[in-house]
Amino acid sequence: MSGARGLRLGLYLPLAAVVIAPFFLSDYFLHLAVQIAIWSLVYTAWALMGRFRLTSLGHGAFLGVGAYVPTLLWNNYDVTPWLGIPIAMALSVALALIVGYPSSRQKVVGHYFALITLALGQVVLLVIVAARDVTGGSLGMTPHAVGRSWYALQLPNKAEFYAVALVAWLIGLAAWHCVERGMIRLALEAVAEDEDAAEAAGVNVLREKLKVTALSTGLTALGGALYAQYLMYLSPDAMSGVGISLEIVFAAIAGGMYDMLGPTVGAAFTILLTEGLRVLFGTNFVGAANTIYGALLVMFIIFMPRGIVGTAARLWTRPRVPPAPAAPQPAE
Amino acid sequence: MDIYLLEAIINGLLLGGVLALLSLGLNLIFGVIDVVWICYAEVVMAAMYAVFWLYAEWHWPLLLACVCAIGFATVLGLLVHVIVIEPILGSAPINQLLATGGLLFFLQSLATLLFGTDFRNLGIRLPVLEFGGIFISFSRLIAFGVALIGAVGLYLFLARTYLGTAIRAIAQDREVMGLMGANERGIYILTSAIGGGLAGLAACLLVLQYDVHPFIGLTFGPITFMVCVLGGLGNMIGGFIAAFVISQIIAVGGYYFPIEAAEVLAFVFFIVMILIRPQGFLGK
Repeated sequence: MSGARGLRLGLYLPLAAVVIAPFFLSDYFLHLAVQIAIWSLVYTAWALMGRFRLTSLGHGAFLGVGAYVPTLLWNNYDVTPWLGIPIAMALSVALALIVGYPSSRQKVVGHYFALITLALGQVVLLVIVAARDVTGGSLGMTPHAVGRSWYALQLPNKAEFYAVALVAWLIGLAAWHCVERGMIRLALEAVAEDEDAAEAAGVNVLREKLKVTALSTGLTALGGALYAQYLMYLSPDAMSGVGISLEIVFAAIAGGMYDMLGPTVGAAFTILLTEGLRVLFGTNFVGAANTIYGALLVMFIIFMPRGIVGTAARLWTRPRVPPAPAAPQPAE
Repeated sequence: MDIYLLEAIINGLLLGGVLALLSLGLNLIFGVIDVVWICYAEVVMAAMYAVFWLYAEWHWPLLLACVCAIGFATVLGLLVHVIVIEPILGSAPINQLLATGGLLFFLQSLATLLFGTDFRNLGIRLPVLEFGGIFISFSRLIAFGVALIGAVGLYLFLARTYLGTAIRAIAQDREVMGLMGANERGIYILTSAIGGGLAGLAACLLVLQYDVHPFIGLTFGPITFMVCVLGGLGNMIGGFIAAFVISQIIAVGGYYFPIEAAEVLAFVFFIVMILIRPQGFLGK
């Protein structure tokens, strides 16, 4: 046990150092760090469902609700985001349950579930575009800027926003921890294996699925809201629709959707990769970065379906298993 | 009846033909291989660029350009199967869907890299026909006609030929067919190639009507999936019917509301239908 604890400390201490380091670095690194923290939250939220084979291709819908609702409330009714964000999260959960309740009742799984959620993401995208009188349509919109204000959650100081983003990220990890340690994980893993058998064994499939769906979509809305507050610009393509929904899925898978820190590693990996390729290729080759990214994704899914963290964890633990315990055998 | 409404209905019918063609390829692949190609619309996009490039840049005759583009899409479909799907045939179906999703990014970005994000068109202006005050674009009429011919051709191939029979048999029961000595791998590759070819045919028809750009797949991809699921994934006749239902909702809805609202209507109709009848119109 103490060996495992030592290993864990050896992992977490450098991680804590990496998390804190951006506070002492330039704005550029803080900018990257804020994005990684916010997207880590979103990817972790997605993986809460994804790990139980609830593969949603429509999390852009909840990202969009989370981004647009607080901004619309702020711009039109002067409602502070501190109130607007919980409202957006509640609306997002409500939207998820409206679709999730009947689809769980009807046992919509696998491809059908993926494609229904894809359609949901598209609905939100089209609604945002169609309501162009209030949302600005495809051109996007900006929250009314008031300078630095905690009340408006507008923090041009990147270090301050990073602190906010870190708290949100930790909320995501805490949610993951609760699911990991709770009965809900055992229940949903059983459901993922065989829904009918789990139901026969007394698992309330509907309730457990809806619980994790609510948790996942609410946190996704939180991430969307923070991202909008950080960028101070919202556009339907960046905040909802098929493209961003798929990006969420892939980053979470690339990092590893079965481990607590997997989606976080996925966020760091994808954002740093995109940034690195952008620096490497410059803007002369628009698309070069994403071409490599796309090819990597295909390879990840073929060769490393457990993602970076899952594969690394397996490689790490494998050599530690074979040595037989050297404990003295009780003499008989 | 209002003449504009009639025009909307006719245009919806014409749109339905192309949607039906798009859904045929996807349904064929799903029915036989049990894989959803999320990147199907991107294969169409690639073939649209092929037509554009051969015709507008290299000045080939349009028909030859189209035939070559269909060949290109056929090869692309074959490669998608051999390179991406085959290594993970044994893993969870959702992984295969996601792998093709990675391919979606790849194709989209590659197109951006090669052609930039500009909107390209062939520069062909086909005439607009008028029948008693109703205006119908000639390119849509061609698209509708060719789509129907393609659908009938596929039907005849599947119903009347030896290979078509083998494909249908695999779709019905892939384990038993393997035991009976059918060459499963060959059938899968053939199916993927035909699916790619159908995407190529759809591309030739779409490129006459729409500008091509790297993200065009995202505009009609979701609608194609919707049509397939609504008809019952893998059910070609169901998909055919669903294509016309969806296109009518969009066309007639577009007559009463803004076009995005009409699309929202179609998607909401889809979600509601799936929740009432998850297996689709004609699903098992």
